[in-house]
Amino acid sequence: MSDITSEQVRHLANLARIALTDEEVQRLTGELGAIVAAVEKVGEVATPDVEPTSHPVPLGNVFRPDVVGDTLTTDQAMAGAPDRDDSRFRVTAILGEEQ
Amino acid sequence: MSELTRLPAIELQGLLNAGEVSAQEVTQAHLNRIAEVEDSVRAFLHVSENALADAKSIDARRAAGESLPATAGLPIAVKDVLCTTDMPTTAGSKILEGWIPPYDATVVTKYRAAGMVALGKTNMDEFAMGSSTEHSGYQRTANPWDLERIPGGSGGGSAAAVSAFEAPFALGSDTGGSIRQPAAVTGTVGFKPTYGGVSRYGVIALASSLDQVGPVARSVIDTALLHDAISGHDPHDSTSIASPWPSMLDAAVTAAAAPDLTGVKLGRVLQLDTEGFQPGVRQRFHQLLELASAHGAEIIDIDAPHFDYAVSAYYLILPAEASSNLAKYDSVRFGLRVTPENGQVTVEDVMAATREAGFGDEVKRRIILGTYALSAGYYDAYYGKAQKVRTLIQQDFTKAFAQVDALITPTAPTTAFRFGEQLDDPLTMWANDMTTIPANLAGVPGLALPMGLAPEDGLPVGAQLMAPVYEDQRLFRIGAALEALIVARDGHHVSALVPEPGQPRGAVG
Repeated sequence: MSDITSEQVRHLANLARIALTDEEVQRLTGELGAIVAAVEKVGEVATPDVEPTSHPVPLGNVFRPDVVGDTLTTDQAMAGAPDRDDSRFRVTAILGEEQ
Repeated sequence: MSELTRLPAIELQGLLNAGEVSAQEVTQAHLNRIAEVEDSVRAFLHVSENALADAKSIDARRAAGESLPATAGLPIAVKDVLCTTDMPTTAGSKILEGWIPPYDATVVTKYRAAGMVALGKTNMDEFAMGSSTEHSGYQRTANPWDLERIPGGSGGGSAAAVSAFEAPFALGSDTGGSIRQPAAVTGTVGFKPTYGGVSRYGVIALASSLDQVGPVARSVIDTALLHDAISGHDPHDSTSIASPWPSMLDAAVTAAAAPDLTGVKLGRVLQLDTEGFQPGVRQRFHQLLELASAHGAEIIDIDAPHFDYAVSAYYLILPAEASSNLAKYDSVRFGLRVTPENGQVTVEDVMAATREAGFGDEVKRRIILGTYALSAGYYDAYYGKAQKVRTLIQQDFTKAFAQVDALITPTAPTTAFRFGEQLDDPLTMWANDMTTIPANLAGVPGLALPMGLAPEDGLPVGAQLMAPVYEDQRLFRIGAALEALIVARDGHHVSALVPEPGQPRGAVG
């Protein structure tokens, strides 16, 4: 049985960039503990001699001629941006005061 | 209700090509039906304003003598996971509310080229995470069979629209059963192709090693018709299979015309026919096996011991891949932006506030779980082991297919449950997909078709067929034969028994 702490959930939320509320952290702490305990079942059969599979069907690299394909225009690519400055996405400052 | 909305797509196609009905008439009939039932079904997030104009253009081109594809003028409903330049695309999430993509998904390009008329975008669990469509950021879609029950998920909108005669067929996506399970609980047909059979370019990604796009309809033949229109290689999708596919429609039509299963070996998976399944589901399943057997099929018991680990492996692999895929919703390039108002904030604060406001509970749950499964120190214990289970499940399939042509299971362990019944219990909700998840983990095709109504509640139950990778056509052959045998036995197709929304279901004999 894994014991997930609220401290861990806060850390995960920070890594995942989700500003969870305290109430959400508490709820997810309990849920995550139960979920992890359930999915740990994979350890029963996933022995060292078994090779992992990442993809269901064998895939190889795909190459194409090095020529410009059908791409979006700048305006098309920018069309859904919440904020823009001409051809650039505009965002809030990337560094805080203490940085 | 106009008779046109009750016709199979294959018959509508015949009428359209013979000039007996116009695309406008067909489209208008479906728009009228949508107007009639949407208040109670709520399958659509968006109804297209262009549908009639699109249909008119098809009629004009046909009148001008242009050679059009046979499918021209057929209406279609589109799961909101597919990018459409002429309709908002949200994947059921508030974080993408109102977003108009700058390009069409390849599947959308294909249905346009086929002359199909999009009726609108259908509701779904947010980013396809769910088995009930209750996790949609927008609205609750009802099961047309019982408005207090779920239509399945994540593609509950597409299945409900087709079941309620709002569209003859629809597009879905299936990561762990999101096409097949909704088909089972709404009495419709759904197909998850071999991984790579249909392009995923322009499909909003959930878990990239599992996602596949496929068709939903009221019959195996109509499902095959739509599948032929959307499948095939796409240079924009490096995981799409390069070799050409045989016609699923030809296979289905031929098999339905003279349904016979002589020499066909069907494997009953012991792990997916247990006491844990609803009695009415098991009863109809065993009757189906008897029917298949009476028409020549040999039923062989198959032991697939690692299927018992599929749900656990899936809920490590899916959240891990989803947490990575959903990192793109960062308030910078598209979608929602929420800027906290207190003091000086950085772009990271904006991202975190945006994702907190834009994502629903289930999406947050899975992102946090996936972040955990991928984090340093836990990767080998969780994600690594889940990938090994994937190998073991593939080996179970390989052994099975050395003995049988196809596997047969119930599509879902129960009939449609009531709203709210499992909403606060993710582990119970996730267990609904135990029957469908193995196919995604192994990449094999799966076809879900109705096999009757459960005696205890009068709700539809579905059967699932699975075949080896690339053997999609085999499923349409066997599926169309089984469907024809069921119709011959019962005198009707299950999908025809659906009550008008809000009306009581008929008694089950």
